[in-house]
Amino acid sequence: MAKTPLQFRHNGREVAIFVDGGMSLLSALRDEIGDHSPKFGCGQGGCGACTVLIDGEPVLSCITLAETVAGKSIETADGLKTGPELHPLQAAFMDNFAAQCGYCTPGMLMAAKALFDHNPDPSRVEVIEAISGNICRCTGYESIINAVLAAARRTERRA
Amino acid sequence: MPVTVKTFATPTEAAAALSSDRSACYIGGGTLVMRALNEGDVSIATIVRLEDRSLTQIRASGARITIGAGVTLSQILRERELSFLHAPARLIGGPAVRTNATVGGNLFAPAPYGDLAVALLALDATVSVMSGYGARDMALEEFLASRDRSPGALVLSVTCDRPPAPEAFRFRKVARVKPKGVSVLSIAVSLSAVGGRVSGPRIAYGAMAPTAIRAKAAERALEGKTLDESGIAAAVAAAAEGTSPANDAIASAWYRREVVGVHLRRLLLGQDG
Repeated sequence: MAKTPLQFRHNGREVAIFVDGGMSLLSALRDEIGDHSPKFGCGQGGCGACTVLIDGEPVLSCITLAETVAGKSIETADGLKTGPELHPLQAAFMDNFAAQCGYCTPGMLMAAKALFDHNPDPSRVEVIEAISGNICRCTGYESIINAVLAAARRTERRA
Repeated sequence: MPVTVKTFATPTEAAAALSSDRSACYIGGGTLVMRALNEGDVSIATIVRLEDRSLTQIRASGARITIGAGVTLSQILRERELSFLHAPARLIGGPAVRTNATVGGNLFAPAPYGDLAVALLALDATVSVMSGYGARDMALEEFLASRDRSPGALVLSVTCDRPPAPEAFRFRKVARVKPKGVSVLSIAVSLSAVGGRVSGPRIAYGAMAPTAIRAKAAERALEGKTLDESGIAAAVAAAAEGTSPANDAIASAWYRREVVGVHLRRLLLGQDG
């Protein structure tokens, strides 16, 4: 079956790839571009491990048809750091022990980034709502929520 | 297995593609179709897409409002005109699901999903459907009843009542996990009162049957009554009549029938929890 050409921005860089019909954005990112930061968890839109941002909005890349992102800007956890400098969210996750096995972490980070980009000073309830579609099966949510709130304070100090 | 993706510019072309190919499936936001493909559903050989701006438009006229089938739950939450739908929209999925999930797609979500359809059913919604024979409007109740027997129908928009006052429309989703959980059941109630007595109430349930349904027995029992403990007693007693909930991982059918009256009572009395 013929492949379809697809162009979009991936973490600020223009990419051009070929995708199979029905391919998910997650497969396109992992298999065609080699960005393994978004994870395949449930494949049903239920766990949030594959969360990426499309034009700043959080989406589940496993249930997003790759062809629908033509011309759009995709952000993944792989693009959070600047050179050796971690994003405040990543640093706060480390400081607050917010990752254990780490499988949910890229999705958690991107769900939190979507919140931060709209609301740099979120309340605890807003953080809980923002990551409500992301499942963690080992660390538990308290340390993740604390990390996101700590990142907000860290960003505030920087500004 | 790769599938063929066909993208069309007009509803007529998309409807023709759907009706001419039994293995074709329309994709809205993808929360149902991509999930099926990820699970290896080989019955889908062709995905039909429609890129038409009218699908994402919201048009208010008088007491009714028309919502394009491609309007997402996130878009609903940004739209002040649709504030009456904010409660059900906010209770569906997490933010990332709501970015993709559409109004039209929610009408196809199998129980226990499809909470927005429950709200729309209580708001006397009609559905604009395009098939190979052209476009027509049908009651949402009729659409849901025939949904699984009529593949190839393309939903263009949904038109529903705008509640005259916030208290005239009430919604409750009962879930074990908060803020994001799958429905044990959901209830939407649309009420108008004449001289302190309920007139023409509409009560809809989610997860109490294979699709969202109207609770006709409870509606009849509420007609002409006052919204107090004694006035609603008959409706609460009749709450489970006509329902056929499923046993699933979220709750048993027995449990759903037992608690539907409890939650209907709380919703009608305006109680939390």
